[in-house]
Amino acid sequence: MQDNEYAVVTDKKEISTATPGEPLTSSAKFMRGHGTYIENDKVVSAVAGVVEQINKLVTVRALKARYTGEIGDVVVGRITELAQKRWKVDVNSRQDAILMLSAIHLPGGVQRRKSESDELRMTTFFAEGDLIVAEIQAFFADGAISIHTRNLKYGKLRNGTLVKIPPALVQRSRSHFHTLPCGVDVILGVNGYIWICKHTPLEVVEANPENIYSSQNDAISETDRSNIARVANCILALSHQFVHIHETAIVYAFEASLPFAIKDLLSESVANEIAVETKSKLQ
Amino acid sequence: MSRLELLSPEGLRVDGRRANELRRIACKQSVLSDADGSAYYEQGNTKVLATVYGPCEPRNKGQALHDRCIVHVEFTVAPFSTSERRQRSRSDKRLLEIASGIRQAFEAVIISTTYPRSEISIYLHLLQDDGGNLQACINATTLALIDAGIPMTDYICACSAGYIDETPMLDLNHLEEASFETPDLTIAVLPRSGKATLLQMESRLPADRLEETLHLATEGCRQIHKLLDAAVQENTGELILKYANAI
Repeated sequence: MQDNEYAVVTDKKEISTATPGEPLTSSAKFMRGHGTYIENDKVVSAVAGVVEQINKLVTVRALKARYTGEIGDVVVGRITELAQKRWKVDVNSRQDAILMLSAIHLPGGVQRRKSESDELRMTTFFAEGDLIVAEIQAFFADGAISIHTRNLKYGKLRNGTLVKIPPALVQRSRSHFHTLPCGVDVILGVNGYIWICKHTPLEVVEANPENIYSSQNDAISETDRSNIARVANCILALSHQFVHIHETAIVYAFEASLPFAIKDLLSESVANEIAVETKSKLQ
Repeated sequence: MSRLELLSPEGLRVDGRRANELRRIACKQSVLSDADGSAYYEQGNTKVLATVYGPCEPRNKGQALHDRCIVHVEFTVAPFSTSERRQRSRSDKRLLEIASGIRQAFEAVIISTTYPRSEISIYLHLLQDDGGNLQACINATTLALIDAGIPMTDYICACSAGYIDETPMLDLNHLEEASFETPDLTIAVLPRSGKATLLQMESRLPADRLEETLHLATEGCRQIHKLLDAAVQENTGELILKYANAI
């Protein structure tokens, strides 16, 4: 197993790395990308990471960096502040994302006009500290992210727990909303925030639209609770061992974790055992 | 009572080094998992832990700048760092001065226009004090910022030098620093261009000796740069290995 792992790396020997201040090109023919700057017509690295070149564009990708959003990303975030007609949301990015009052799904019909009374009732929709799931809609001129929750999939989160992992371990995929066989819903935020909660069928959500801004948890059974905790610890265990987090990996890790007590999953030896078993199943 | 002999006739210092030798340097990046970037740095018996959070939303909104990020530095000294246990207040002028010196030095190299309206917070903890605090803090900060993936035009490497018994001496330890008649200076340079971002000297040094002392300190910075660069490359390699094996 170990030999195998190193083989992967030696195959990719052409990976070249750079450290800050290291000149990458010798002529002015190249274009400067992220993680570089130009000095005396030369492209110079500004971060420590992997050098990537696409035609004339040279970029250096830092391996550990904060989340940078892309339009269409599903993100999980926490409301930090209320401002004029908008909420500020922490999404593990370099600035708080902005959720406009006009970008949420108001109760009582999609086509309803926003009135002043909605502005006064903003805390009843989202209050400081609430967790939400949203989609990136656009960027402002200064690079701040604008998000929206105009879909029943998005909105306030309840009945569950939040897990934070490095954003690099969550890859963009077709779906970020999963229901695991153990009856637990998982929302994989591309920003590295993962929400794990009790499963609620979509019909139930659609039947009770007045519940979308509720801050009250439903009754959660003992088995649901332990399943949520087990999934949360499995995800943490996988992330500590640098395994990409996606639905299949979580399911495999969950199965591998069953012989252990939930609280033991965070110890390094057990985490490693689970990661190794998950990796072997994935291959 | 005779004065402590800081330089023996054989040219050896109190800890057995020669005049132009650095202390042993050990450093490691990514020591904390919760921070965006972190580094542990040891130079002889001086030990520093640097933690970087950010770029993130500034805590004080009024300070945010529309075209670049702000840098915030806090320096704390552990009560157990010196031989005599002492609790230092956060508003200790000495600590604030060091923190502001470090902030100014790093504002010059961080490419701050990439992160408008953001803040980068740097927290420095001195765990053990054996002289050369400023240089150790600066070197640790460089490593932590690189670990956090914050773009900088170059490393900043700092080194101190003093002038004892008509000899310029590199990297003073606490005993040498504390002695009254020792003039000492700390310089922080960008090793590739050789430019200085910080130069601090608080005692009197004969003007004609300044150049050779400075030259020695700059030479020390170059040596430190090699060591830091090796540490960064090792850490980058480790991370690549981890991500390459991630499935």
